[in-house]
Amino acid sequence: MAPAVSAAFLSSLVEAVEALTIVLSVATVRGWRPAGLGALAGLASLALIVLALGPFLDRVPLHALQLVIGVLLLLFGMRWLRKAILRAAGVIPLHDEALAFATETAALREQARHHSTRLDWLAGLASYKAMVLEGLEVVFVVIAVGAGRGLLVPASIGALAACALVAAAGFAVHRPLARVPENTLKFTVGVMLSAFGVFWTGEGLGVPWPGEDLAILGFAALFLIVALAAVRLVRSPAVKALP
Amino acid sequence: MKTLIGIFRELAGLFIDDGLLALAICVVVALAAIVAAIAPAVPIASGIVLLVGCPGVLFSNVIRAGKR
Repeated sequence: MAPAVSAAFLSSLVEAVEALTIVLSVATVRGWRPAGLGALAGLASLALIVLALGPFLDRVPLHALQLVIGVLLLLFGMRWLRKAILRAAGVIPLHDEALAFATETAALREQARHHSTRLDWLAGLASYKAMVLEGLEVVFVVIAVGAGRGLLVPASIGALAACALVAAAGFAVHRPLARVPENTLKFTVGVMLSAFGVFWTGEGLGVPWPGEDLAILGFAALFLIVALAAVRLVRSPAVKALP
Repeated sequence: MKTLIGIFRELAGLFIDDGLLALAICVVVALAAIVAAIAPAVPIASGIVLLVGCPGVLFSNVIRAGKR
């Protein structure tokens, strides 16, 4: 249970920080009303999606569900891990919440110059979109790590705890949480989700993993070793000289 | 409409960032499924394909990206 809850908590932490940055920039430019309404509408949409998906998941045969979720987790987790490796190795720049906040605020101000009458709508929509898109990632991770083993409730609690923590911190400091070590979190979550992806895909194909659920820890260790080796190798100037 | 298309694009982006990595993952899963189908008596074999293939495609993709 602990790996599922930790994966849900950590990935939700990253997504909530990103959503908070956009909601804060909307609030800075246009006030809390459109920012809050957009965010609430986003949360309501997410709740509807979860309510609609819940009964559907119960009807899908377990092996098919495990296979589909496993493949999606592999795509999602390895995408996160690839990006985190390239950021850690300095190939692509680290995600900067302060810069994201400045960019979003500037874009909203630019829109304000052209559409002053519709700005509340545009601001609310930006807040709504951020909440839905980042929230969908949270919903996906919770379903992915929880659905196959009846851990939806603990995984949801982990995700909600992370969102509440970020919201409380955001309201307290009133600025983006730029000090959160986002790449380290993404690296960790990427490793965990990739490990879950291999596990569920294998379960879906009927693989009897030795040690059952404990095998996930071994897979995470394998992905961690490969990822750290890749960071080290990509950082080295010698790799650039390879044909 | 533009917003909907944007949301759809971002949804697809949740799973596909680098097309080659996504394709390579799908190939590994397809290989594992083929192994599971042709060797049902050795179910662990498809697990080994996944365990070697997934970290392998990630590693080679990252090294290729690092060289660019």
